[in-house]
Amino acid sequence: MDLGINVVEMVIYLVGIIAFAAGNAAYLVWVERKGAAHIQRRTGPKEVGPFGLLQPLADGAKLMSKQIIFPDGVDKPLFMLAPLLAMVPAIMIFVTIPFSETLVARDINIGLLMIFAFASVNILALLIGGWASRNKYAVISAARAVSQNVAYEIPMLVITITIVLITGSMNLREIVASQAGPFWHWNILPTNGNFLGPITFIMFFICSLAETNRAPFDLGEAESELIAGFHTEYSSMGFGLFFMGEYANIVIGAALTTILFLGGWYSPFPETIPYLGTAGAWWFLVKMYLLIWTVVLIRWTYPRVTLWSLLNLSWKILIPFSLLNLLASAGLVKFLG
Amino acid sequence: MSSQALSQNKERFELNLGPQHPATHGVLRVKLLMDGEYIVNAEPVLGYIHRMHELMGENRTWAQYLPNMGRLDYLSALSYNLGYVELVEKMAGIEVPERAEYIRVITTELNRISSHLLWFGAFVLDLGGFTPLLYAFDDREQILDLLEAVTGARLTYCYFRFGGCYNDVEDNFLSGTLAFIKRLRSRMPMYHNLVTKNVILMQRLEGVGPISAEMCRKYGATGPVLRGSGVNYDVRKNEPYSIYPEIDFDVPVYHECDSMARYNVRMDEIDQCMRIIEQAIAKIPEGPVMAEKVPKMIKPEPGDYYHTVEAARGSFGIRAVSDGKNQAYRMKLRSPTFSNLSLYQEASKGMLLADALALMGSLDLVIPEIDR
Amino acid sequence: MAGYFKNILSGSWSLIVGLSITQKEFFKKPVTLQYPWESLEMSPRFRGHIQLVKDAESGTHRCICCGMCEKGCPSGCITVKGEKQEGVKGKVLVGYDLDFTKCSLCGQCIENCKPAAIEFSKEYNLASTRKEDFHYDLLKRLKEQK
Repeated sequence: MDLGINVVEMVIYLVGIIAFAAGNAAYLVWVERKGAAHIQRRTGPKEVGPFGLLQPLADGAKLMSKQIIFPDGVDKPLFMLAPLLAMVPAIMIFVTIPFSETLVARDINIGLLMIFAFASVNILALLIGGWASRNKYAVISAARAVSQNVAYEIPMLVITITIVLITGSMNLREIVASQAGPFWHWNILPTNGNFLGPITFIMFFICSLAETNRAPFDLGEAESELIAGFHTEYSSMGFGLFFMGEYANIVIGAALTTILFLGGWYSPFPETIPYLGTAGAWWFLVKMYLLIWTVVLIRWTYPRVTLWSLLNLSWKILIPFSLLNLLASAGLVKFLG
Repeated sequence: MSSQALSQNKERFELNLGPQHPATHGVLRVKLLMDGEYIVNAEPVLGYIHRMHELMGENRTWAQYLPNMGRLDYLSALSYNLGYVELVEKMAGIEVPERAEYIRVITTELNRISSHLLWFGAFVLDLGGFTPLLYAFDDREQILDLLEAVTGARLTYCYFRFGGCYNDVEDNFLSGTLAFIKRLRSRMPMYHNLVTKNVILMQRLEGVGPISAEMCRKYGATGPVLRGSGVNYDVRKNEPYSIYPEIDFDVPVYHECDSMARYNVRMDEIDQCMRIIEQAIAKIPEGPVMAEKVPKMIKPEPGDYYHTVEAARGSFGIRAVSDGKNQAYRMKLRSPTFSNLSLYQEASKGMLLADALALMGSLDLVIPEIDR
Repeated sequence: MAGYFKNILSGSWSLIVGLSITQKEFFKKPVTLQYPWESLEMSPRFRGHIQLVKDAESGTHRCICCGMCEKGCPSGCITVKGEKQEGVKGKVLVGYDLDFTKCSLCGQCIENCKPAAIEFSKEYNLASTRKEDFHYDLLKRLKEQK
């Protein structure tokens, strides 16, 4: 293997991934603000650029020009580390995500494992940020976020194990490849051996909402209870990084759901669509952004759950169902041969 | 969590909720003693927006005190206008023309709807749902437009006068009100589908923040809080004033005593307000809106007077002691949310922070009225 | 056990209904007004700060300097300055100061005014960082209106 080409390729992917993550974070904020505005019969940002499209740049410039405030008594190294921990793992995860058959930065055999490993670093960032802020609201928020994540990793992993069992691989590219073809080949339907089919898809989606601390599971930053939760004391780009990390995590959650359940880059139609084809990064992005829109819509529709009903949902509904699904799917896979 | 478990845990901390906090809707400060996320003791601290309204009543003429009534509970200012104006009419023996009474009832009930709509939005906002607030504001704006056309103000109304109303309403106000009621009727199912029947909201409210009828009696809680605890008490029915006896309406009462009951009482009250307005518009007579003989300078007979009306948050009472001069000797305002808030300390013991804020939202606090 | 599944089903259904409502609202037109670019016509009874009425016949104010507005004002924000002048019956208005920072727009002054010399203005674009900007000389304002 030629080392020179490899390095060039690596740099291109690195720049591409950072640009994709940052660009998505910036423009998802725009989508969220504009979407929320129209849901609420307002117009949203419209002054900066056409349709307010330059608003994210203005926001970014504003955030960067602000002073970073260190309140009295904060644990400075940890306080500075937390936003980095929120953003860097999110970017790392993009390395393994296959956007199409060939468009993947590193095709790793245990990609799924790596994603879950890095995704749980995110919660460490909230914990450190909340703890280092020396603010009571932030500490309560950090404690909430951790207990919430512990509860939701279990059903999420059990569902993922079911998918791994069906596809027989932890490589994300191979998981998608095993769903090749129109939509009845996808894992969302029981045809591949996923016993509960769409229900597991919804359960996984709920878990990914809870994992990324999105409404209605945004207990960590419940603004009417805990001011801003773990990032109460953050200003300037410290806050900006937390914010971008949140949106990067939403993209990852949606991408992962697409890969595991919605057949990744394959077209849902059996026939070839003119110009779009039967497979391509295009299809992947369409599915991913539809899921992200659902995430936005959910945030602007529901009230926030409490810690108890959140844990109830996890332990009384999600975990029993996911375990049942694991057993039944194992049987179904055996039966289907 | 049992009280025993609470006492065993020694790692308590104090948390200042307010005076600047998104959930207190103003400058209320609640000193919380917390045990993890559980509240051991919640002590409301008042006085951040105290403006000496009672003292102001004692060194202004009766008429000069009128604008103060719009600034106690700024969300249902007309109920307060009505209470004060009726008190002074009682003291000075002024007869009010019938048309003025009907106008008073129509505008007051419109104001009550707007107050409940705002509470609905703000309450769901407390629970983390943003969108219903703006839908409610959309409807509330229509009421404000209607009332602005009549009273000239959008929030702090000062419309009623001793012996009638400042000016007559026009026919397009009445037809506009009917059109608005039609619109709101068509919007209510949307509110119920979006919010009331939402499973997350139901889980957050059902069984949360129980307030027994006994506790209401102990602290003098009135209004939707009391009616949500199964007590059928509404000043409009129990001590009728104005033209309410001539109007057919129900008093919604729920026996569950929880936050959901208080929520339902207010949502049902919106329906009842619409019924009252429709009947009043159908019955409104022609005639003057001001009494003919209103003394220029009101000097009531010496004595002790009390009058109470049903405001959007409970019974609002005014006690005025007159010594025959053109000013009150003593003015005492009994504001409903002050009493409703005072049960918070007892009711919130041992609750989770999130539930305690749901309870606080269900009390429908307006801070300037608590502090006066 | 049946109740458990029923709860899940009815709960999920309520969530789907909620989503469909917000999605429907998304496609409707916004109801807000873009304020600096568009603005509302104030209703005829709108209460801005008070101003002196310009009499159509005489082309000037109708104030007779009786001071009833000043006396009736609950907040004491009106100062009427009148003086005796040679050859004119009664007092002549030389200054009408309104301290709008204290005014609560109750309208007592307008109700007390016998010759109907004052009225509510329709002004609502009032913003300033200085307190003094809200001390109006209404007589000067009337003259500038010409």
